Amino acid sequence: MKEDTTRIKKIGNIIRVGWFLAYRQIKGSNKSTTMLIVFIMMLTFLNLVVVSGILVGLIEGGNIANKEQYTGDVIIKTIAGEKDIKNTHSLQNTLEKMPGILNVSTRYIENGQVEANYKTRRDFSILPDVAVTQVTGIDVLGEDNLSNLSKYVVEGEYLNENENGYVLLGANLLYRYSSDFGDTFASLEGVFPGEEVKITVDGNTKTFIVKGIVDSKVGEVSLRSFLTKEDFWRMVDRPIVNGNEVAIKISPDSSLFADQLKNNLVQVGFSENGKIQTNIEAIPDFLNQISLAFGLLGNVIGLIGIVVASITIFIVIFINAVTRRKYIGIMKGIGIKEKAIEISYVIQSIFYATLGGLLGLLIVYGLLVPFFLAHPLDFPFSDGILVAPPGGTMFKFFLLLLVTIIAGYIPARRIVKKNTLDSILGR
Amino acid sequence: MISIKNLHKSYKTKDLETTVLRGIDLEVKGGEFLGIMGKSGAGKSTLMYQIGLLDHPTSGEIILNGISAEKLTTEERTNLRLSTLGYVFQDYALIPELSAGENVMISLLMQGKSFSEAKNITMDVLSRVGLSHRIDNKPGQLSGGEQQRVSIARAVAHNPTILFADEPTANLDSISGQSVIELFKDLNSKGQTIVMVTHEEEYSRYCNRIVYLEDGKIVRQTVQKQG
Repeated sequence: MKEDTTRIKKIGNIIRVGWFLAYRQIKGSNKSTTMLIVFIMMLTFLNLVVVSGILVGLIEGGNIANKEQYTGDVIIKTIAGEKDIKNTHSLQNTLEKMPGILNVSTRYIENGQVEANYKTRRDFSILPDVAVTQVTGIDVLGEDNLSNLSKYVVEGEYLNENENGYVLLGANLLYRYSSDFGDTFASLEGVFPGEEVKITVDGNTKTFIVKGIVDSKVGEVSLRSFLTKEDFWRMVDRPIVNGNEVAIKISPDSSLFADQLKNNLVQVGFSENGKIQTNIEAIPDFLNQISLAFGLLGNVIGLIGIVVASITIFIVIFINAVTRRKYIGIMKGIGIKEKAIEISYVIQSIFYATLGGLLGLLIVYGLLVPFFLAHPLDFPFSDGILVAPPGGTMFKFFLLLLVTIIAGYIPARRIVKKNTLDSILGR
Repeated sequence: MISIKNLHKSYKTKDLETTVLRGIDLEVKGGEFLGIMGKSGAGKSTLMYQIGLLDHPTSGEIILNGISAEKLTTEERTNLRLSTLGYVFQDYALIPELSAGENVMISLLMQGKSFSEAKNITMDVLSRVGLSHRIDNKPGQLSGGEQQRVSIARAVAHNPTILFADEPTANLDSISGQSVIELFKDLNSKGQTIVMVTHEEEYSRYCNRIVYLEDGKIVRQTVQKQG
């Protein structure tokens, strides 16, 4: 016990002297050089966090948009092989009364097509201007409450629940919005709010006036044609009782999570009505794969940066120790322990990495994350944001610190280990 | 206090082996002021480095205060240097980023003394060498003589049993050199054992005893009254 206390005191003393030497060295060093090294550490940290964060954020931006504009927190879809979600009306009523749920929106969907410019088509040997679409009947207010659909209207106006005969077209149905995608899908020429289009569903064709154009980076929104549910029911040649999608949004004040809500719905038996998915589960698998690949790519790029930074620290400490070899010898000669001298160099490495990392953290959370949230990168399929989860970011901070400690210790140890007298005499 | 028996030291390079010390036998008594003199290349500094545990002899025995140096581990040698031995180097050997006071304090801190205790001892020791007013000055702000006095203060701050000085006046003008030697004389009068390597006859007269080295051997010794 007494031996342990003595040992701890000795170790504490070595650290104390190492700290003393490190503090004096940093204080007495060239300020420009110190700032440069700290700057390199900061850039390394930013490289580690931001590159992978942006790459993952490309996908994450899309996932967030998917949740906010389409799925909500939980979405119930038609079970494969079924025509619709059973007992949708009863399901919706139950959901709207459940605690923690803010909005519910039922969508009625059929595959159809929209035809434009039929009035001006003179040559009938030319194919009609048509585009395939999912004709979607919505509760105008309910859908807007859940997905803020009106916010994405870029031309004309949002639907009015008291009006009939109007359609909201997804922007990717129009050539002028979808030309970037080439010939991926057929699209309509022209077509502006106020013009007439023909919508065909189930063999039934009806004319609608274009109320507005909605442009979202979520494909399920931009490739659909939205009608009021009443107009939809009039279009389709079957009794409409059940919907095809029910999107559910959880109240932000609630402690309920999407997973919990899904489990609750399964437990009460709603999985027999439709396929219940959280917004995460509803993400197409290929997007998850891309997200993983991008994350890996970002980490590889970041690791390269760490290697460069560790080499930088190695060189800085090595040159410092080599040029001070004589003084290291003198310190050893007068009885300063080798470990104390080595620790002084490790502390210097920690100083550079910590200061650089802290500056990097400040830039990430004080500047970059809010900036990208306010001004996301504009990609065709998503609004790219910077993803920097605190846990992952702190892991990278400590990784940089660890690598820097090792990179500083190795050259210090090499020089300190040299023969004391040879160091003093410069042999 | 120090007993040296049949000490040999050779240096080997790739093609050459150079023998610097050839069978040195020497005793140093407590309280003695011993001078080691000789021509350049005689082995004076080499002998001091062996006695001061800064190097390992090729063969022979060194006994310091009853402890055989060859049985000591590297850490034990370091501890012994820290607690029992003091060094004054030819070129002062002060750490440039530490102030005069911090250069003195560093080995006291290494011994485990608290910061305030180390500072008090430092002030006391710097006062004894007449440099208490320079405690916060860096070595670059001190003259050669002042740097050497700080070096002496560092060497004696922890009350070493033996003080080793390697050509302490070599880089000093005559006035500064004289003040340093006076300081050694004062320390010795208070019981400090000093082993000093010098080639300057004028300062050697302060020594109790002088050993003369030639080609790695002691060729003669003189005992003298301090003048």
